[in-house]
Amino acid sequence: MSAANGAGARPAVEVRDLCVSMIGSGVPIVSGVSFDVAERETLGLVGESGSGKSTVAVALLGFARPGLEITGGSVRIGEVEVLDLKDEALREARGELVSYVPQDPAAGLNPAHRIGTQLREAFQVHEKLGKNELRGRIEELLKAVNLPTDKQFLRCYPHQLSGGQQQRVVIAIAFACRPRLIVLDEPTTGLDVTTQRYILETINDMAANFGASAVYVSHDLPAVAEVAARTAVMYAGRIVEVATTEQLFSQPRHPYSAGLLNAAPSAHQANRLVGIEGRPPRPGHWPQGCSYAPRCPHARADCRQAVPPLAPTESGSLVRCLHPMAVSDGGVLRLVPSPKPEVKGGEALEIERLVADYGGRQILHEVGFAVKEGECTAVVGESGSGKTTLARCLVGLHTRWDGEIRLDGESLRQGARERSREQLRRMQYIFQNPFGSLNPTMTVAENIEEPLRHFESLSRNERRAKALEVLGTVHLGEDFADVLPGRISGGERQRVAVGRALVVNPEVLVCDEITSALDVSVQALLVEQLRDLQMQRGLTMVFITHNLAVVRSIAQNVIVLQTGTIVEAGSVEGVLSAPKHPYTRQLLEDLPTLDPAEQATAGGAK
Amino acid sequence: MEASTAPTTAVAPPRAKRGGRARRILGQAVSTWRGKVGLGLTLAVVAVAFLGPLVGGSPLELMGAPFSPPGGEAGLLGGDALGRSVLARTLHGGWRILLVAAAATILAIAVGAIAGVVSAYRGGKTDSFIMRSVDVLLGIPQLVFVLMLLSVIGSKTWLVIFAVGISQAPQVARVLRAAAQNVSERDYVKAVAAWGVPPRVVIRRHVMPSLLSPLMVESALRLSFSIILVSGISFLGLGAHPPNPDWGVMINENRVGIAANPWGVLAPAILLAALAVGTNMFSDAIARSSLASGRAGDPSLELFVTSSTDPNDPQPLQEVPE
Repeated sequence: MSAANGAGARPAVEVRDLCVSMIGSGVPIVSGVSFDVAERETLGLVGESGSGKSTVAVALLGFARPGLEITGGSVRIGEVEVLDLKDEALREARGELVSYVPQDPAAGLNPAHRIGTQLREAFQVHEKLGKNELRGRIEELLKAVNLPTDKQFLRCYPHQLSGGQQQRVVIAIAFACRPRLIVLDEPTTGLDVTTQRYILETINDMAANFGASAVYVSHDLPAVAEVAARTAVMYAGRIVEVATTEQLFSQPRHPYSAGLLNAAPSAHQANRLVGIEGRPPRPGHWPQGCSYAPRCPHARADCRQAVPPLAPTESGSLVRCLHPMAVSDGGVLRLVPSPKPEVKGGEALEIERLVADYGGRQILHEVGFAVKEGECTAVVGESGSGKTTLARCLVGLHTRWDGEIRLDGESLRQGARERSREQLRRMQYIFQNPFGSLNPTMTVAENIEEPLRHFESLSRNERRAKALEVLGTVHLGEDFADVLPGRISGGERQRVAVGRALVVNPEVLVCDEITSALDVSVQALLVEQLRDLQMQRGLTMVFITHNLAVVRSIAQNVIVLQTGTIVEAGSVEGVLSAPKHPYTRQLLEDLPTLDPAEQATAGGAK
Repeated sequence: MEASTAPTTAVAPPRAKRGGRARRILGQAVSTWRGKVGLGLTLAVVAVAFLGPLVGGSPLELMGAPFSPPGGEAGLLGGDALGRSVLARTLHGGWRILLVAAAATILAIAVGAIAGVVSAYRGGKTDSFIMRSVDVLLGIPQLVFVLMLLSVIGSKTWLVIFAVGISQAPQVARVLRAAAQNVSERDYVKAVAAWGVPPRVVIRRHVMPSLLSPLMVESALRLSFSIILVSGISFLGLGAHPPNPDWGVMINENRVGIAANPWGVLAPAILLAALAVGTNMFSDAIARSSLASGRAGDPSLELFVTSSTDPNDPQPLQEVPE
């Protein structure tokens, strides 16, 4: 990987001092980003929401989002300086020189045109080809991304394809004109693990076969570990570490990289997740000195003086830190096993022969399981497996079901309105998306007080006192009481949602994908907080997720759901270490993992 | 809490201001030229209508010959069909239209909003019943509906308010239903429903407050339509009774003498037009500013915008995996 040190041949892509700022105010969004990508190399660009990674991604195409402008630096691809290109030349360069794969495949395809038309268009924008040659090229391309090449497929409209197929079509279009550089902006984020695996493999094969360089932008560390040979970590608009992926994930040198790794859950070890407290600085509010210093456990006085340079270390990586972590520190990572809660005897929640349908289609087929008091049972499945419908049946939001749901031995009616107030209080539900689950017109405290109004008759002051108390429980503090939810981050909102559920002292908590909208460092904080609460209060939890890695960290039992049927159930230890059902095995295999040892373990399970 | 890092709250985001949302939308609307002109026109006409009766002379006294020219014995704007002062009648003739139009608007918004929101939230048969009734009402031309009621029951002020209000309710219901359907699907409404809270409480406490922007836009828009309709009714002789001064009545009475003294028609017509245009422009400004504040992170419209609500702060949208 000569590109890292600049020795040897000139790298295929050279980015130097790239700066992007807001138009008008001149507030920097991305500052002094430099990296190289060698031919046929895939560079991972990792960062959390707001780190500026997507801004860098589109800047590689000479583009800035509305309200932003590229204020300096250089992006050289081959012999072409992208930032010097103007209108027509820039338009021509896109596709031929550099192409882009967006996060949402639906955004990359025109819903009104057939797949075949769009593929032909991709070729013909840049060169005129004969009919037969065109067909040959398209066939070759579709084969490369593992899609059918028959006429019927080409006559499909995008909506007739699955998300994974759509994304592969977009990738095929991106590679159509054999660009020197492909920018992949979170291409697998919306996809299931199995589909994600296909896409990651496709990207690797394509980059190798077509001789292109690639920049893979993602917040998903394991996915980056799968595709990228080298990885750059971004924080607050700057690159803080560049290293080979292996090095980065085994021996991170920047405290932020280490923090990210500590926060990432693993499907193979039940570790205590360590999140990163606080939140990244917003543009215009970057602190003096190292941007990470305010959150850094190792920060010293000199860290707050000036921005540290991106300096080479003895291990060959580049780190923007005055006091990089020692190589040996890497070994201390992820060692604390997660504590196990005490499980009391009785069964808090029993589900028998649950059958549910939605819009005339049967979603759940005779699902049955029980959760003991104080225990956490994870329900795992891909999208469409019926796991959210299951959760909604439990809390009475989905009313069209048959079978038996018992809470502490009491049989529950279908809809929430038919259940007793006491039954409703005992079981609380936390939604997936913290951006939709809080009333935006009410303050945080008012949102938390809302269930109290309904379940208890308290005076205004008593309600307020309880809301403030619960804000303390979820580590937010009274400062947040009179803030509108629109003003706080996703992680903070999700904590408010947890607080709103806890304020009525429930016995069972149904958590529906509550971490899927959050960054890993935030997810880690939330998962640990829930576990602490589970231990302190003896909470029973049903934790619904598509992420097997999180399961290991929080749950004791797991249920694997496939198209509405339980295919495997048992202790987390048993199911994840020795999966019996092929579907579970497939899920585990497809899960990208961070370190090579784990990858070997995963491979051994085959 | 043996969690390794001491969980503290580093940031104290800005506190919410009470009633800040309506004020912010209005403030933003007024700051645009459209809002300024609209509000200016509206306020000017309102001032004429309500302050006029205090300064204008007698609207009933016969001052001179019919249609006597401006500046003559009948005052600055001349005389009307019976020789009364056009100026005095114009100054006296607006407040009633404004009050009736405002009352009709309140009725239209109240009935329409409740119908639309209940329809959206309850769905199913309730929705079908309400919306089919709305369709039927929408099928009858507004003016025909109002005239039918007035000619059957007789022209009474309360009936004008009722007829104008009810004839506009269906439009309001349609708009609010669409907005409420969106809000009803939000998780925060579902969260409340999962506690077994009765629908009317959910609607009152959670759905309605989120519909502030469409309610404001509809109110201003309906006000401008009500003004046109109410003055139209007066023009047709089913509203205010002569000899009471009324802009609509004046236009009707004085149109035969438009050549002799055009001001008998022009003065009320200009005021009515200014009012209709003004309220319409202002409702447009509100619509635009509530849309703009939605893009910049107005909590009622945003879905995935992150912590920032500063319109100059293009912090990237929160990535939502899955």
